[in-house]
Amino acid sequence: MQTLKKYLVTAWQTLFGGPIRAFGVVSVILMLALAIAPAKDHFSQWHGYQRGYLKLIADRSDALSLRRRVIPGLHQIWLPELGVVDRCTTCHEGLKEATLADVPYQPFRKHPAIPHSLENYGCVTCHRGQGPATTVIEAHHSDRAGEDPILPARYIQSGCGQCHQNSLTGTPQLNRGRDTLASYGCVRCHAVNLPGGATITPTDNPPSLVHLADKTTREWVFSWIKDPQAYAASATMPNYKLSDADASDISAFLISSSTPNPGDTATLVTASAKPIDPSAGASLYGESFCATCHAVTNAAGNLVGGNIGPELTRIGNKAKPEWLQAWLNDPRSYDPASPMPHYRFTPQQVATLSQFLLAKSDSDFGANVHLDPATPAQITHGRKLVAELGCAACHQINGVNKPQNYAPDLSRIGSKPLTQLVFLPGMDQTLSTYISAKIKQPRAFGPGLKMPQFTLSNAQNDALTTALLSLSDRSHALPAKLRVTAVPDTTYQPAGHAGKLMTELACFSCHRINGRGSDLAPDLTWEGSAVQRQWLDSFLKNPNTLRPALIRRMPRFNLSDADRKELTDYIMVAYQSPTIDPDTAPSATNPPATVEHGRQLFYSKYACQSCHIADVKTDKGYIGPTLTQVGSRLTPAWIYAWLKNPQALRTGTLEPNQNIGDDDARALTAFLMTLKSSGKQEKK
Amino acid sequence: MSQRSITGAMLLVLAAAAGCKHQPATASAAKPTATGAAIVESSGGKQLGPTGTTLKDPIIVQVNDDQGTALPGALVQFHGPAGVHFEPAEQITDSSGQATATVTLGTIAGRYQLTATTPGKSQPATVQLTEIALGYQQQLGFVLADKYCNRCHDPESSAERVSNYDNLEVKPHPFTEGDTYNKMSDADLLAITQHGGPALNRSALMPPYANTLSPSDLQAILAFIRVVSDPPYRPAGTVYAQK
Ligand code: HEC
Repeated sequence: MQTLKKYLVTAWQTLFGGPIRAFGVVSVILMLALAIAPAKDHFSQWHGYQRGYLKLIADRSDALSLRRRVIPGLHQIWLPELGVVDRCTTCHEGLKEATLADVPYQPFRKHPAIPHSLENYGCVTCHRGQGPATTVIEAHHSDRAGEDPILPARYIQSGCGQCHQNSLTGTPQLNRGRDTLASYGCVRCHAVNLPGGATITPTDNPPSLVHLADKTTREWVFSWIKDPQAYAASATMPNYKLSDADASDISAFLISSSTPNPGDTATLVTASAKPIDPSAGASLYGESFCATCHAVTNAAGNLVGGNIGPELTRIGNKAKPEWLQAWLNDPRSYDPASPMPHYRFTPQQVATLSQFLLAKSDSDFGANVHLDPATPAQITHGRKLVAELGCAACHQINGVNKPQNYAPDLSRIGSKPLTQLVFLPGMDQTLSTYISAKIKQPRAFGPGLKMPQFTLSNAQNDALTTALLSLSDRSHALPAKLRVTAVPDTTYQPAGHAGKLMTELACFSCHRINGRGSDLAPDLTWEGSAVQRQWLDSFLKNPNTLRPALIRRMPRFNLSDADRKELTDYIMVAYQSPTIDPDTAPSATNPPATVEHGRQLFYSKYACQSCHIADVKTDKGYIGPTLTQVGSRLTPAWIYAWLKNPQALRTGTLEPNQNIGDDDARALTAFLMTLKSSGKQEKK
Repeated sequence: MSQRSITGAMLLVLAAAAGCKHQPATASAAKPTATGAAIVESSGGKQLGPTGTTLKDPIIVQVNDDQGTALPGALVQFHGPAGVHFEPAEQITDSSGQATATVTLGTIAGRYQLTATTPGKSQPATVQLTEIALGYQQQLGFVLADKYCNRCHDPESSAERVSNYDNLEVKPHPFTEGDTYNKMSDADLLAITQHGGPALNRSALMPPYANTLSPSDLQAILAFIRVVSDPPYRPAGTVYAQK
């Protein structure tokens, strides 16, 4: 104590011992205080980066021009409309310098090329983070309430999705995420309202369960709801992790609530009692191009086929024979909205195909399932579970209403405040990690949570997270003029008997017409202008494939002559393009010299043989349709218009627009019109 | 010298910011029981993915003993430039002598050299793998090239698409063939893509795309060709003149 006192007294004496000495010391303190502000500036982090930038460019050959564009001090991009106050360019000084594309570290590397400018969109619009901050930590990693940290680069496409609701070529991950929201039916439980009010239409086609007992057994239902992917690896239905008792009760209720559908149980009357040729099933399955929509796991363990309809690897375990026959006979009698065509199979064909399909079974699947007859208590409990689990959000079920707002609204999930989230121990406390983990293992977040377990690849998980992150507060707050909406499908429905036929044949499951339908097969909006009537008629009778390399092909429907004529007439009349004028187009027959000139153009100037086959003896091109009979198939008016601008007739077609002039197009049309089918080939 | 230290410091900051936070400091529970002589790639090199994303396939390397047979129980460590993340970064080879890791690419577009190392008897054995991270424009180019060009330019067929390569009298080159493309200037690559083979006195089997693809699409394809070429493309007159 004593020593301290002595020490303090001496210090006082030394500093303020006399007036002059005291004045000097006070002045020094004052000067130091005045120097704090400039020193703080000088030693600030961003100042350090700016000095670093100057050093970096000093060593480069274009140092002078780089130097000229350096602006010292804080930079700011201020865009009130977008809510952007970004000072990021204070440190990220080289973002626009093309020659700095090779700097292997940040913050000085050039920004990769994107379609938008920094000045008009700022940085945080896509990257998130705190634009006004002036330190690295605050700008990138702020986790204070309500503040967004930088978005991990893997989800950057979510930035695009805030304005672009349409599918962009450059954002495959975002597009895939949105498709997954639709194809896994996420939007059936979760409301997702895009900015501007559009919604996402589910595309997963969950079957109605009102006649379930006609189709399958309670044992199959039990095994399926226990583990859908054990039945079909590609199934999109999630796993609810049900106990045996609960699965048993749910299956009891679903079977008991099912009402019979007249027709499902009718026995098939085969005209001739011919025995079924066992090999005929496989070829009928192939000829009918079932694999265009349905997949089967082959011997090598690969899933082969389309995903429009359910996987059929173990269909024999599921389908009751009578039901399968009734379904093959006419899918719409069981499910009026089915995307499957009514093939008009003969009873013999139905028997053949159903026998072939029923053989696709797996003796291990459901082998140990033995259920005692259902008790009323089980059925009551099953109904309760079905209501609680929200089964009716996807499936139509007798006696259970579709739940409203079953799961949380996701319209702004991309900006959900961290304070409203519960994280798992050890997890990074960011929104993107939360969303990703929640999709991956929803039940890990606490007991009693209802969201089921989906089977998704890591890429699907990332894609979904990207799509959800795009549903941000910012996306809703952006000026409406920046919004690019997706063009929704129209509700186009062809009229009359032809319209009814087109519904039955499910043309829209593959073709697009007047803005409705799928793009598996060519758009038919202007098919009437494109093809010759006789060709269309014979094609509908017996579709031979036009593109040898295609895996998905047009199936053959057993249309009656009258129905086929009706359909042909309708297509020829209703699907005419207003821009194709048969009167001014080249005629179908031309002088040999013109034809020869066209041939030369075809093989030399335009080298069409690189993609097409006009003569099977010499040509090998395998990308576009075979043209050996094109003169019997297409109209000269269509060929001429197509050559001049293919994309004008079908957006996005692969055929390059070669800017072919009038004369060349006429000569090429003349040559192509000479490529006719011989009568013999026509009939095959 | 001072530049170096600043660069180093910044790299550290970056690494601290980007990578380290995610690197769980779990010491692998298993101890190595064997020491290999060589390490080779089994699969997973030469993949493409958007920046910052996890590559579709994991990388798999194999440790061999001096007889060249696969060696279980050897330690393998994966390393990469700042921002690359391996899951797991360190492990013991499995019963078939292999080590498998998923790779998350860094945030900078371009080529990533990854190394897998095993201690070895006298000195460590290493193997290098190259992966490519695509920025926005390169990713767009990838999608477009896949749709419009690869049917002719890629000799490989897939289940969904039969290659047309074998049907062409004059053979195009796959876009990864640096020996061909690195010799061509940006202007020449654009010219042949826009106006077809004849623009460079080449075959008309190469069609023109000037009226089919927009200028920005064509730039994107060019950017894609440049980033995938092997050996890597070095633009003439690189301005980085190290003192
Ligand atoms: C119909 C087939 C085909 C398509 C489609 C095609 N190419 Fe080619 N391409 C060729 C052929 C054949 C050559 C070789 C020409 C020669 O060497 O005379 C070639 C050559 C090239 C070359 C010169 C380098 C080389 O391989 O010799 C470039 C560059 C090129 N193509 C780019 C493209 C781009 C970009 C696309 C897509 C937009 C594309 N090609 C689509 C057939 C095609």
